[in-house]
Amino acid sequence: MAATSQVFRVIRGRRFGRILVPAITCQNCSRSPHPCISATQPHSFEQRWRHQVRGYRTSPAWHTYYLTPPQVNSILKANEYSFKVPEFDGKNLSSVMGFDSNQLPANAPIEDRRSASTCLQTRGMLYGVFDGHAGCACAQALTERLFYYIAVSLLPHETLMELENAVESGRPLHPILQWHKHPNDYFSKEASRLYFSSLRTYWQELLDLSVPGEQPDVAEALVSAFKRLDSDISLEAQVGDPNAFLHYWVLRVAFSGATACVAHVDGNELHIANTGDCRAVLGVQEPDGSFSALTLTNDHNAQNESEMKRVRSEHPLSEAKSVVKQDRLLGLLMPFRAFGDVKFKWSIELQHRVLESGPDQLHENEHAKFIPPNYHTPPYLTAEPEVTRHHLRPQDRFLVLGSDGLWETLHRQEVVRIVGEHLTGVHQQQPVSVGGYKVTLGQMQGLLQERKARISSTFEDQNAATHLIRHAVGNNEFGMVDHERLSKMLSLPEELARMYRDDITIIIVQFNPHVISGQ
Amino acid sequence: MRGGVCSIRALAPVLLPRWLCGPRACPAHLHGSVRFLSTDSVSAALPARARVVICGGGIVGTSVAYHLAKLGWTEIVLLEQGRLGAGTTRFCAGIVSVAKPLSVESKMADYSIALYERLEEETGVKTGFVRSGSLCLAQNQDRLLSLKRLASRLKVLGVSCNVIKPKDVARLHPLVNIHDLVGALHLPGDSVVSPPDVNHALAVASAAHGVQIYEHTSVNHVVVKKGHVTAVETDRGSIECEYFVNCAGQWAYELGQSGEVKVSVPLHGCEHFYLLTKPLSEPVQNDSPVLIDMDGRIYARAWHGGILSGGFEKNPKPIFTEGRNQLEIQNMQEDWDHFEPMLSALLRRMPGLESCEIQQLVNCPESFTPDMRCLMGETPGIYGYFVLVGMNSSGLSFAGGAGKYLAEWITYGYPSASVWPLDIKRFGNLQSSRTFLRHRVMEVMPLLYELKVPRWDFQTGRQLRTSPLYDRLDTQGARWMEKHGFERAKYFVPAGKDLLALDQSKTFYKPDWFDIVGAEVKCCKEAVCVIDMSSFTKFELTSAGDQALQLLQRLCANDLDVPVGHIVHTGMLNQRGGYENDCSVVRLSKNSFFIISPTDQQVHCWSWIKKHMPSDPQLHLEDVSWKYTALNLIGPRAMDVLSELSYVSMTPEHFPSLFCKEMSVGYANGIRVMSMTHTGEPGFMLYIPIEYALHVYNEVMSVGQKYGIRNAGYYALRSLRIEKFFAFWGQDLDSFTTPLECGREFRVKFDKDTDFLGRDALLRQRVEGVSRRFVMLVLEDHDTELDVWPWWGEPIYRNGELIGVTTSSAYSYTLQRHVCLGFLSPTNTDGSPAAVTADFINRGDYEVDIAGQKFPAKAKLYPFSSLFAQQKRRKDDMELSNFQSK
Repeated sequence: MAATSQVFRVIRGRRFGRILVPAITCQNCSRSPHPCISATQPHSFEQRWRHQVRGYRTSPAWHTYYLTPPQVNSILKANEYSFKVPEFDGKNLSSVMGFDSNQLPANAPIEDRRSASTCLQTRGMLYGVFDGHAGCACAQALTERLFYYIAVSLLPHETLMELENAVESGRPLHPILQWHKHPNDYFSKEASRLYFSSLRTYWQELLDLSVPGEQPDVAEALVSAFKRLDSDISLEAQVGDPNAFLHYWVLRVAFSGATACVAHVDGNELHIANTGDCRAVLGVQEPDGSFSALTLTNDHNAQNESEMKRVRSEHPLSEAKSVVKQDRLLGLLMPFRAFGDVKFKWSIELQHRVLESGPDQLHENEHAKFIPPNYHTPPYLTAEPEVTRHHLRPQDRFLVLGSDGLWETLHRQEVVRIVGEHLTGVHQQQPVSVGGYKVTLGQMQGLLQERKARISSTFEDQNAATHLIRHAVGNNEFGMVDHERLSKMLSLPEELARMYRDDITIIIVQFNPHVISGQ
Repeated sequence: MRGGVCSIRALAPVLLPRWLCGPRACPAHLHGSVRFLSTDSVSAALPARARVVICGGGIVGTSVAYHLAKLGWTEIVLLEQGRLGAGTTRFCAGIVSVAKPLSVESKMADYSIALYERLEEETGVKTGFVRSGSLCLAQNQDRLLSLKRLASRLKVLGVSCNVIKPKDVARLHPLVNIHDLVGALHLPGDSVVSPPDVNHALAVASAAHGVQIYEHTSVNHVVVKKGHVTAVETDRGSIECEYFVNCAGQWAYELGQSGEVKVSVPLHGCEHFYLLTKPLSEPVQNDSPVLIDMDGRIYARAWHGGILSGGFEKNPKPIFTEGRNQLEIQNMQEDWDHFEPMLSALLRRMPGLESCEIQQLVNCPESFTPDMRCLMGETPGIYGYFVLVGMNSSGLSFAGGAGKYLAEWITYGYPSASVWPLDIKRFGNLQSSRTFLRHRVMEVMPLLYELKVPRWDFQTGRQLRTSPLYDRLDTQGARWMEKHGFERAKYFVPAGKDLLALDQSKTFYKPDWFDIVGAEVKCCKEAVCVIDMSSFTKFELTSAGDQALQLLQRLCANDLDVPVGHIVHTGMLNQRGGYENDCSVVRLSKNSFFIISPTDQQVHCWSWIKKHMPSDPQLHLEDVSWKYTALNLIGPRAMDVLSELSYVSMTPEHFPSLFCKEMSVGYANGIRVMSMTHTGEPGFMLYIPIEYALHVYNEVMSVGQKYGIRNAGYYALRSLRIEKFFAFWGQDLDSFTTPLECGREFRVKFDKDTDFLGRDALLRQRVEGVSRRFVMLVLEDHDTELDVWPWWGEPIYRNGELIGVTTSSAYSYTLQRHVCLGFLSPTNTDGSPAAVTADFINRGDYEVDIAGQKFPAKAKLYPFSSLFAQQKRRKDDMELSNFQSK
């Protein structure tokens, strides 16, 4: 990684990666002294960015990187995915009309993940964004596993019984989830058996705990699934695996980390389970047609006072100063809740033991060996989600799930406005009708041309998530997409991209107001 | 839609009730004779039998009924599923214009205007007829050129029209913005009417002549027995009949498919929008001319002090693909966003309308056909089943004339003009796919107002029928055109040479392929070329005894009793001696014949032979078009290539002209080799069973290498043929042209005592002399680089007087001049046709009018044989194979 890129990580301050490893920073400081490094209160990102752009303009090499609009589009659309849900599938009315999702990498490889699926054995749909740090392993494991844990937690006793019997007698299983995946969203084959056996142990326990005829509570199920998966990740790493590759893999999952924000929609019931600093925002259409944002999650970080209180309360008073330093957990980790990250969960002895018995590759990993300072009373970190329940109303038009890469570039109000206008522009432009009004040809022409212009601008992005990313990356000071800026942001070399932006992952779920009002 | 109904009422005060209850409103002569059964008399039972049943009470159906009644028919029943004129007719814009792409269409429109004008007097029903005239505007020089071409064509028909300057436009129609115009065509004869009222008037007049009209009666299907229409099943019982006329408009396709014997009526609907405005502050005069701004894709007429304006957009909305669909009918609403380009074009043309208030945007589906021309005539295979539909949104303009032609057709067996371009038999089942029709009409509708340059091709619905060599030829640079669904190579673009993009290559002047075709022609003259001509229609007629020969002797003008292996060029004539088909017949054996006809004759020729074929189980006709790939080897070295491939000498001594042999070519045996090329050049046609096609082609190409062989296309073929004065059926020849009129007397077996169809007519004509003569005109003083090229339909002047029209043209690379083929039909001073003699033709100064500019020309009755290499050939060898579809 180029030295400058690390420098800019520092400058960005807030976005200083998830985990601050002093060794690496020092290394960079020594290599490339930059005036800004010493600045305790760095300039805002925006100022810095502009300064840099000015600097780059002088370089002719920069200009050769100018992308044409089709090139920009092909980058923006590479990962876009849309799914339309039939209003009536033969059994149930669906309150979800469909969803658009997309992601734009800044890390190489991208550390964000996304998932969307329909629960086949119960009703409802699941959506999740996962923001990984210190590698993508943990986030990848979450996309593959978390929804199964949730779906299983939601199953009533009878269905669990069927499931267990089927596995026991070697009968084929009824699928639990129907995935809606972009071709780029891969599942690893190697670990699937391990994952399955952990999952089966989980449902066997659920079977013991549940009572026939009882319907699991969604909120409880979500909490239970989150906690269980995190403990499974931790356990698998402690136990290891005879297969060296798998052993290394489960350790990578456990030593990396990821935040998760999962939405479960069933009819009018919307549940959000959030761990970390991804965010879910509801787009509410006001009677005047404008959109307002309703945030359904709390960020679990230093900006959240109750989280600060919780973290401090979980540790002795003596650690009150060291447990959160520079707005980071133990001075290192930005999110206060996360999956994986066993370095913040295990005792020092356990960490040493696991690392020593682990495969050789791990010994070369500086990050894994590093023990956080002031590490006295683990665990410091939890994967327990905060669950929000929301009863959907007809004015709730869409839900935006986004990794923090989105929320730090666009204000939530702006996000909701952009998505709302896009969705109404593309899908809900009512046909014009003269009716009984007095309309002149000139007025009509004006109206029609305005509508055409609106459509052609939104038409570029059929996918609302792509449209949002375009704005997130390309917006200028006036809130308009500036092609030149967009082009520059997207043509940044891999090692520079992370300085200017984080991975962005977005899922936009669109609700069907007719179904919602009918229920 | 309620508003729509009201406003349409306003447009068309429905006279029906008034007429029914108040006989005083009717002209006296209609009293008593009227049996007009409307809504109020649903109880009236249908008659058990009738002679003619017409399905469809729109403008077309009533026009057919009217003209049949006028021709003296009785027992005509007209059935309408809803109310008269309640379909497309009610919603159509009411413009009757003669500005149509084909002369026969202009003729029909011209007749319609005359009919509608006198209808009010005849029936007493107000038709809203106003002779407003119309203005076709040109925004660019190319458009103006096409209007000038139209003008010279209309002059031939005797329609008055003037090409005028923009400032004259402003004078005729003060609302028009003329700043972006370069000129216009003024057609003072064009008119506007109120379509429902015309429809009503036609119904009233028909009823007065005894036509029985039943509303709210829908036809379920038509009963066909032994290939004849016998009855019509309706929802209110069945009617026995001899003739059935399908005028069901939008629903004609479905009606055709509904019976046990399917009739393919290739049409498809598209939504069509027009705007109605409230009256302007200064109301638009009723007689303001109709505006047709094709470059803006709109038309506009005065309407109740306001404007009615619609258009043919680039992105039409096809409708009713899956047939009649209630959902689609309901969703058929105003679509303003869709109309926006047309509204903008209208406001650009008439900026003064900006402050004018909207009354309504009307959505009325129109039906379109695969080639922009209507469907008319008797369906192949079912006698007595007639069709008149697919008006391509010119229903009102065509209805009068088309109804007249169809009525004549039913009465006499043929209409009084050549309507081959409109004949439903130009299509077959192959154009009946809904997907094909849907895609094609989306191209056809915008094409109505698109600039059409010589040799444009359809872009949609392509690659339906292809030769097995298609891919091979395509990779060698073939550019394709389509005929009857078959892909044919126009020319081959050499590697490394780029032609203009489709849009840019649109020109009335020298096209960009000029040199490419020139090189192909040169190769045909000097070495050898291969043209894939697999699209030809090929039939095999066989019998146990001599039935096949007898049938052909009766059908064909030329003598077919020739030795086995001979090829005979012959016409199949009708009673009037006119060409129904022009073909080459090969006598394969004593009792089997191989008949080669033009590509688009597949349906027509089949039905013509079938119609005259006795039902004899020992006589068998088979369509083998798909079985053979036809390769045409043209050029002096063709014989070298073939003899090398077959180890047989192919010199004229061993293989005389117009001869057919089965032989081996390469490894493939059983190839029919015929010594003819359809161009007058030396060479051979190879009829190859398709599985050998690739092999034979590869062998020919590899052996031909050393003789300089190359691929050639139909443009080269046409240039060769036209410079040799070969007429081709469908373009030059039609069912009104006799062999005597095109110098083919030598191909008629007058000397034999055999009777054949058309013999009497020809004998009479031989005595009386011909009054039309096919000639070849070589343009003098025409600059190929700078002047507009001829196409077809250009007027011919002799000594300054209009004397004929061209039918086809091509640039002759040998003569380095343009050659036009056409007919001269002089008239005496009193207007009666005058006899044409060779002397008459030779003693005249000729000019051809191309887009208003007259070019001097030399008229010839015979080709420039002396200019060509093969001078020794006998005259009738020169004119050997000559049929060719365009």
